Amino acid sequence: MLRNKSFVKRTRKGNIVRTVKEHYLRDDIACGYESCKHPVCLSARSEAEEQGKTLVGDVHPAAPLSASPRNSTQWGPHYLVPDTNAFVNQIDILERPIINNVVVLSTVLDELRGLSMVVYNRVRAIVRDHERRWFVFSNEHHRETFVDRAADESPNDRNDRAIRIAVKWLGKHLEGSNIRPVMVTNDEDNLRKAIADGVTACRMEECLGVYTECPELLDMMGSVNITDRSGTDPNWEGYAEYLSPVQIQAGIKASILVQGTLQIAPYNYLEGSIFAAFPDGKERRVLVIGRKDMNRAIQGDRIAVQILPRSQWRKAPSAALVDEDEDAVPDAKAEAEATQAAPSVPDTDKTNEGRARKRARVAGEKLANGGSAATETAEVKEDGEGHEELGEFVKPADIEDDSQDGEPTGRVVGVIRRNWRSYCAFLDPNFAHKGAKASSAPVSVSVLAMDRRIPKIKIRTRQVDVLSGQRFVVAIDSWPKESRYPHGHFVRALGDAGDKATETEVLLLEHDVPFQPFTKNVRADLPPEGDKWLLDVDRDQVTSGKRRDLRHIDICSIDPPGCTDIDDALHAFRLPNGNFQVGVHIADVTNFVKPNTAMDKEAAHRSTTVYLVDRRIDMLPELLGTNLCSLMSNVDRLAFSCIWELDQDATIVNVTFHKSVIHSKASLTYEEAQNRIDDPSLNDSITNNIRDLNMLAKKLRKRRIDAGALTLSSPEVRFRLENDSQDPVDVEMKALKETNALVEEFMLLANTSVAAKIYEYFPDSAMLRRHPEPPAQNFDNLQHALKPLDIQLETGSSLALAQSLDRAVLASDPYFNNLLRILTTRCMMQAQYFCSGSCTPEEFRHYGLATGIYTHFTSPIRRYADVMVHRLLHASIDRDAVYGSELTDKIKMNEQCDVLNHRHRMAQQASRSSVELYTNLFFKGKTVEETGYVTQILQNGFGVLIPSYGIEGVVYTAAKDAATPSVLEYDQDSHALVSPDKKSEIRLFRRVRVILQVDDKPVSANVSSMRRKLSLRLIEPMIVGLSIEVEELNALRAAKKTKAANADDDGKIVELVAKHPEQIQTI
Amino acid sequence: MSRQELLSPEGLRVDGRRANELRRISCRASVLNSADGSSYYEQGNTKVLVAVYGPREPRTKSLTHDHATINVEFNVAPFSTSERRKRSKGDKRLLEVASFVKQTFEGAVQTAVYPRSQIDIYIHLLQHDGGTLETCINAATLALVDAGISMVDYVCACTAGFIDETPVLDLNFVEESSIETPDLTVAVLPRSGNIALLQMESRLHSSKLEDVLELATEGCKHIHKKLDDAVLAAASELAKKLS
Repeated sequence: MLRNKSFVKRTRKGNIVRTVKEHYLRDDIACGYESCKHPVCLSARSEAEEQGKTLVGDVHPAAPLSASPRNSTQWGPHYLVPDTNAFVNQIDILERPIINNVVVLSTVLDELRGLSMVVYNRVRAIVRDHERRWFVFSNEHHRETFVDRAADESPNDRNDRAIRIAVKWLGKHLEGSNIRPVMVTNDEDNLRKAIADGVTACRMEECLGVYTECPELLDMMGSVNITDRSGTDPNWEGYAEYLSPVQIQAGIKASILVQGTLQIAPYNYLEGSIFAAFPDGKERRVLVIGRKDMNRAIQGDRIAVQILPRSQWRKAPSAALVDEDEDAVPDAKAEAEATQAAPSVPDTDKTNEGRARKRARVAGEKLANGGSAATETAEVKEDGEGHEELGEFVKPADIEDDSQDGEPTGRVVGVIRRNWRSYCAFLDPNFAHKGAKASSAPVSVSVLAMDRRIPKIKIRTRQVDVLSGQRFVVAIDSWPKESRYPHGHFVRALGDAGDKATETEVLLLEHDVPFQPFTKNVRADLPPEGDKWLLDVDRDQVTSGKRRDLRHIDICSIDPPGCTDIDDALHAFRLPNGNFQVGVHIADVTNFVKPNTAMDKEAAHRSTTVYLVDRRIDMLPELLGTNLCSLMSNVDRLAFSCIWELDQDATIVNVTFHKSVIHSKASLTYEEAQNRIDDPSLNDSITNNIRDLNMLAKKLRKRRIDAGALTLSSPEVRFRLENDSQDPVDVEMKALKETNALVEEFMLLANTSVAAKIYEYFPDSAMLRRHPEPPAQNFDNLQHALKPLDIQLETGSSLALAQSLDRAVLASDPYFNNLLRILTTRCMMQAQYFCSGSCTPEEFRHYGLATGIYTHFTSPIRRYADVMVHRLLHASIDRDAVYGSELTDKIKMNEQCDVLNHRHRMAQQASRSSVELYTNLFFKGKTVEETGYVTQILQNGFGVLIPSYGIEGVVYTAAKDAATPSVLEYDQDSHALVSPDKKSEIRLFRRVRVILQVDDKPVSANVSSMRRKLSLRLIEPMIVGLSIEVEELNALRAAKKTKAANADDDGKIVELVAKHPEQIQTI
Repeated sequence: MSRQELLSPEGLRVDGRRANELRRISCRASVLNSADGSSYYEQGNTKVLVAVYGPREPRTKSLTHDHATINVEFNVAPFSTSERRKRSKGDKRLLEVASFVKQTFEGAVQTAVYPRSQIDIYIHLLQHDGGTLETCINAATLALVDAGISMVDYVCACTAGFIDETPVLDLNFVEESSIETPDLTVAVLPRSGNIALLQMESRLHSSKLEDVLELATEGCKHIHKKLDDAVLAAASELAKKLS
């Protein structure tokens, strides 16, 4: 049967058009009940079986609904049929494995797609998991359940009716089986109508009441409609109303508003900023300061911002907020004001009136100059309302770069898209005391997210006692404008705070790292032979000539010690003509990971292997990563080889790519390889090969550096872990050997050669990596700080920068150059993956490596980008290679690039957090004095980097209570913190001595100890009121001695060794 | 903006069809009295009207001594899409469709039977919902048969695409306009199985071509049945009038 669906929509151009689409209704849609006797359902099942969809476990994929679903006294055996809002608000509950036998109506899915793709994808993921026995009933295309929209019906009402009718039909259809479908809705009106219709329906609470064994489910209920007045304090007048989406769109179009993604400053949760495109085509930062102006926007939300009058722009650098309770501050607005009118602002004594006068003068001048001043003043009157005497809102078009008014500052007038996720959190310790008495009745409590940038979240819970001292996940439901903080609900508990496993899980969750074990579907895609897999010359196409047999060549791999996932191996030998043949052999992962398999999808989702201090979260199942793909010595392994002919000067004569099979003769560590090079008595073929490689690598490196490749630096450390407890006993800097550089050099060469090759064959859809040139402004602060030292960084090109970095040496401080490189690294842009069709060839450049084109090819075991590149390369060299849209679809490839970039960034942050976690564990109970360098100047503190541990922290100069004035004041001219008597100052690069401590007690009334960070206190230079007092220091030193003695008794190493700064490449 | 899900995991397409299903087809021959042959053809929401004139005396320009020339004109009604748009006569896209139709029929019409003459096929697209070329060819076949022009066989055309690793028959406008969907139009002579036209947009790996082609050919067979029915209906109506 055919129905035409007709609706009116707005096109991109803004025209209103009528669209007519066909809508076919069918009678062959089955109900999903596994033993339904209806002929349609029977034939659907047998048809699925014919297509090879056989039972998964005991679940029929075409009809997963169980014959014996959950039984309740109220409804008997039943299936749940939630409506759209139930999914949107309660997805966390529905995701619990206990909730199975759910019918998802296609009406609901369609609505979900419109409301939230995130929820939609989560629902789809559950449906895919057959064990859950969820079923999608396509009621919209079923002849008997389709409903036409009545003349006076809103689309929502029509959908509600469609849901009711579908449930009714299901009820009738299942009559013989004694199973009842139960509609779940929290919409009163819908509920009433359903019951009047004779449809079994209930609220979410009632339906969860059935799961008596899981009382916490009720806690997880999203508090959607809670009008909780208890938390509203009388001084709180609420947030400003948002503009409507239409107004926002119009505002952006008319260039009155700008839009961007809110990024909260890591040191100050009341300071946010967006990078917005301005009408002149440039991107500029717009600050949003204070809760009030942020107007319920949360980190990551896409927001529309109106730029405030120039007088309200901020002129000083950011202040670091001590991790205090926000409520302790009388009013968030006052605080924001305080942040703005910080003591260091040169013209703080000027009152608002004074500023207004000044602007009046400026306006007068404009008027005298003619121009459009008249219209401007008219606008002042019009727009300036609400900010009366402060002046007019600034139009984005009027902003110039060299403005003297400070940084553009704005306020949020609307949220374009929320980007809420679930957050790891802990109970507000200040509350825990009050709430301790609470009974099992639900109470409303505030929780603090582990992520400092997220505001407090109000949740209702029955388990306050259990939750205090624990980490748990919460989700935000809503943020009504009356409430200072958002409302949310409890999702699940993670474990005790301070526990290593819990904290690791927290950091994985917070960085959005997928760390669940691989599912059955994924493991099913592994080769059936398992670890018995052996090379088969016929199957692996060696006999057919597609795969080259390189087993006779002396190939070896060089990796860090303990490396089990060996991605790459090398060989080199002299050719008769005096040139060298050099080969880089990369694990042939794509031979095992075929596109669009479950394993491939999972790997694409994970995108990268994440390395934590104590564990590794693999992108590919272990069997592949550390066995079948790993290029171990003395076994036949499949590889993808890149083979060059290089002349004496390491210039490429030619390059070829092959799928190959290799037999590595040795797996060496960097150290072993280095020893072989250095030991003159060794003269075997492998050693000579390595020497040749080393010679060529040095030439390549020199050429690269001459071209302007940067040598940058980052502080990195390694932990020596105690074997059984995995507690860190030692920290050491990662050491660097000549052989590291050797391997790196050839990997770079391979990546560059491959990039050129795939770009040649897939000009529109090659996956490449670029590193944009950093804008000169990024170096402003650094340049400023370098001026007194008489050092100038040339930032014009990477070559100039590299050379000026080499020149920047201080005789007095050998570490200075390294420090400068660390700080320079921070001025760089992020390198990123992109699809060649989305950028102009000029934008392909990799700034840090000074190459015109670059990609990642060499680590397919741990990076998904390399997997894609392998497929692209294979398709480029082999005409018969089979590939589909995954290699040619520009849009899909761009989407994948976004995922890769995101995961890559998150993985880096997760490893860093893991190091931080272990650093804290290492320093737990210890007090250490160390030398550090000032790396960052804030308004009320300064950042210190301690090179020997590679850690960084903030020393606060302002006391916690705002009443006492800060000991040091910010001086804008020298970009330094100066004491009032000008005797002592703290500026960038200054060497300081600090004392390091970690609070032992994870659960205390102190927020910062829950978030666990290292606290730094200044020893040298001695600044009264800021540095640690002499007596206290001595006491600490004494305590440390006894502690050290005790520790020695336990056989733990307390002294620290090996402090080599590592030089790394930003590849 | 999320991308549209063209084929749901339940196996239904946006309009509720399964992957191997055609849209509803309804067609009628002899709809215009003034033309020598004519047809009205609907496939889903794509609707075309075709008029055939000829064989008739050619303009001097296109005179050939040993066979008839086929002339195709393709027009799109401004109201055919949801956004009203006027196309000029020289629109390259229209000319492309016209030339495809022309090429197709040059192989199927027995032009040698009509030397020194011209056959004009005027195609008017009234409503557009994807699959323009296939509907044009099918409708033109019907109109040519109606005009009594001798042909080797019917020419039946059908499109097929490839979505989410599944070959999909008869793309509608939504499916066709997503860039990554390859869009293959094939016209076959059903009795011999010979291919009169094979045309594709976007990219499809050669290993998958066979499956897609097979599905499209299958679709052509169904369309042949429909066209045959329409011809029979027109003939029996004529017979009724005569008797």
